Amino acid sequence: MDRRTLLKNLGMVSLLPFGRAGWALAGDNPAPAGKRMIVVMLRGAVDGLNVVVPNSDSDYYALRSSIAIPKPGTDGGALDLDGHFGLHPALAPILPLWQSRKLAFVHACGSPDPTRSHFDAQDYMESGTPGVKSTGTGWMNRALGTLPQRPGTLEAVSFGPVLPRIFSGPGAVANVPLGREASRATAMDKAEINEDFDRMYADKGSLGDAYREGRKSRQQILSDLSDADVKEMKEADNGAPSPKGFALDTAQLATLLQRTPELQLAFMQLGGWDTHVNQGGSKGQLANHLQPLAEGLALLANQLGPQFDDTVIVVMSEFGRTAHENGNNGTDHGHGNVMWVLGGPVAGGKVYGDWPGLSASGLHEGRDLAVTTDFRTVLARVCEQHLRLPDRHLDAVFPQAPRTGAGNVKHLLSA
Amino acid sequence: MPRIALCAITLSLLSFSGLSAADPAPGQQTEQKALYALDRLGYGPRPGDLDRVMAMGVDAYINEQLAPEKIAEPPELQQRLDTLDTTIISTANLFRDYGPPARKAAGADEDARKKVEQAAHHVAEEAQQARLLRALYSPAQLQEVMTDFWFNHFNVFRDKGIEGQIWVGAYERDAIRPYALGHFRDLLGATAKHPAMLYYLDNWQSSVPHRDKNGDLKGGLNENYAREVMELHTLGVDGGYTQKDVTELARILTGWTYLPRELEAGTTQPFAFDPKRHDFGDKHFLGRTFNGADSDGEEEGERALDLLARSPATARHISYQLAQYFVADQPPPELVQRLAKRFRDSNGDIREVLRTLFHSREFWDAAGSEGKFKTPYRYVVSAVRASGINVINLKPLLGALNQFGMPLYGCQTPDGYKNIESAWLNPDAMVYRLNFANALGNGNLPLYQEPQPAPIAPMAMAGTMASGMPVSMNMAPPPAPGPQNKPPPPDPMVLQATLGNPFSLKTSEALASAPPRLRAGMILGSPEFMRY
Repeated sequence: MDRRTLLKNLGMVSLLPFGRAGWALAGDNPAPAGKRMIVVMLRGAVDGLNVVVPNSDSDYYALRSSIAIPKPGTDGGALDLDGHFGLHPALAPILPLWQSRKLAFVHACGSPDPTRSHFDAQDYMESGTPGVKSTGTGWMNRALGTLPQRPGTLEAVSFGPVLPRIFSGPGAVANVPLGREASRATAMDKAEINEDFDRMYADKGSLGDAYREGRKSRQQILSDLSDADVKEMKEADNGAPSPKGFALDTAQLATLLQRTPELQLAFMQLGGWDTHVNQGGSKGQLANHLQPLAEGLALLANQLGPQFDDTVIVVMSEFGRTAHENGNNGTDHGHGNVMWVLGGPVAGGKVYGDWPGLSASGLHEGRDLAVTTDFRTVLARVCEQHLRLPDRHLDAVFPQAPRTGAGNVKHLLSA
Repeated sequence: MPRIALCAITLSLLSFSGLSAADPAPGQQTEQKALYALDRLGYGPRPGDLDRVMAMGVDAYINEQLAPEKIAEPPELQQRLDTLDTTIISTANLFRDYGPPARKAAGADEDARKKVEQAAHHVAEEAQQARLLRALYSPAQLQEVMTDFWFNHFNVFRDKGIEGQIWVGAYERDAIRPYALGHFRDLLGATAKHPAMLYYLDNWQSSVPHRDKNGDLKGGLNENYAREVMELHTLGVDGGYTQKDVTELARILTGWTYLPRELEAGTTQPFAFDPKRHDFGDKHFLGRTFNGADSDGEEEGERALDLLARSPATARHISYQLAQYFVADQPPPELVQRLAKRFRDSNGDIREVLRTLFHSREFWDAAGSEGKFKTPYRYVVSAVRASGINVINLKPLLGALNQFGMPLYGCQTPDGYKNIESAWLNPDAMVYRLNFANALGNGNLPLYQEPQPAPIAPMAMAGTMASGMPVSMNMAPPPAPGPQNKPPPPDPMVLQATLGNPFSLKTSEALASAPPRLRAGMILGSPEFMRY
């Protein structure tokens, strides 16, 4: 751990006793909290073949004459992972996590459903039921329902102004505004105003429930992300520039996780991956999107400090893109993709999954990376081994998901 | 609140339990129907609207709204719209003066580039202001509602490149607005050919692979538009097409493009068919064979769009979406079927489908339900309309839409914004909505602030200054401003009357016990005002 990280972690830890109200920490809840799962969804289908690059697969270079990432050791080349695969160079900020075996990938991973519609594929990934549109809830909300209930605490958060499908369902989920908005005081924080509204929204029903949940999480988030804390975070950063964009959100998530031991599930999302035109290679459009993602993830891992050991972060996207580039130096909608898994409990430093290759016969429908690992197998693995969901709960979270046949994916977590 | 007012509210609420419920007095029933029509065909009542619709009758109001071409824009609105200089510039001239050629002319000069970017941003912002002004103040409310409906249906994203910024308004003006109550096939064709859509879904670059002068293989298919036009615009994702159909349609549509050089030269027809990029081979699309050699190329695309527009799957898909938008998040299947039949029988005449919808039993039955949850856009527009404020500075409203996760023209993905409760109701949204309600109701938004002078792109100087007058002289005179350019807070009694007092006992009691200066904010933040 370098000096800056150490300072940062000390800063965070020293804040703990003063941050949250005593009741939350001193409660007599038997189930140990603190096992966290964070899902980052890349909406729009990130090009997994240029994220974890099959550098030793000659078909890869034949299919992508203008957008391929060069071999490791060459100009703009991939960062070598295991001799076969390389990491997109814009992802350099997370390479240390790979080297310390806290970062793994599952390649040729995806949905058993063949749809190439962004919206259906995202819907399936969030409902956890590929091919079934009528599922009313998201799998993260179902997972929330199986975890020990701690009424009155913040157990799940989503970042952004709208609540995603993955969290829809009966369990209470807070959503946090993006950026600096999160900690700004507003009219509804004034008692003179909110007392009358409390009376107006006292009824049950979807509006009243949302209202009460909003007021509650607002109070907690305001106290967790108060100005004084943000100032102290800045000091702990030891003069580093304050984070922006996605990194600011991951920094705020890290603070929330530090302050709220009951918080177990979090969801974040990033768009802009639908690179049909001028995708770029080592530099360019895709690289420009990958870099802030990597910086945000590295910051999150860093700021979580010791709590990173109890955290698993999954980065996923609805499907991959065509193995061959299209007519506009981009890629069209494809099938298999790569899933990223990082955190203390991850048996990292390894690319999991069976690699089907990019030869004409290995490609799905002759055009896309085939799927050899069902995305639910990976997610269920994390729920089972990390969040400790028993079998009957796993069946509720991922009904009819394949548990076996995942090859080496069963060793993904070291626990 | 005076006791007598509270009693009146309580009385009116007791009878507000659905239009098909036990016989309310005839006058009240008319008032409820009028309110419902104002809420569903438009963005809710402005002061005086309720009386007007009750006087003319609900049926007459529906007929009026179905014929927007006969509704004159009020001169005050027209004056405001006239100040938005860039909203009348042609698609080609926008490209020339604000688009890639302007950027190219700026070269490596940082300042000049920044000016071009600011000018493009200004074009997009004027488009947003024009849209909001019409939604707020146009009496042709159904036209505004349908413009928003179709824009989302055929969504483009204002922040995809400088092209997105400069063209989003022209797209709505030229490809959506004229056909919002017209024939679906015209709408489909206009969106397919507008440079904004050709750019957004990449078809302008799609081509048959060909050799350039060095003999290198250039170009190739781009499936983006071909997929979304079937999945989102016409058949629907379960409409029975395959990946093969996507690829074949992409081949059929090769050559559908715009030519930057012609745009720069000021062409009046921004769409172009480029035979050099067209794939003249045979195609098999939705069970039909397209003999490439027998066609001039462009006509193949027209035939494919005809097929899509005439498909029963399209009739179903559009009817479902209309019923969901106007009736309920889970629309009654029988209604969807009837609308789909009307769609087919009328050859996709949107006005006739809507007429069937507004006279359907299901539409009026829904008046007795708890109602649809307002999207952020509808919430903001309806709140400002109800408050009767003549907004000079629209920026706080556009900012609120950003904060609510629904920036105007800012949906990045081609599916557009949803209009169902599950997409928009969440804890954080409630709190932010109530903050907005308080700010508007308590007179804390700087809605009277005079606009800053507009940034003008260097290349656009000649064109936009042609109107001659400085911006502020074209403005309608603003009412006497309150402190810091904030309008006086709306009078809660007037606000209640405008909205027809739809409040529950609980809301009425909370209103009665609140200090009068907070009541307007509470009305706009009441559970009843979240739905329509």
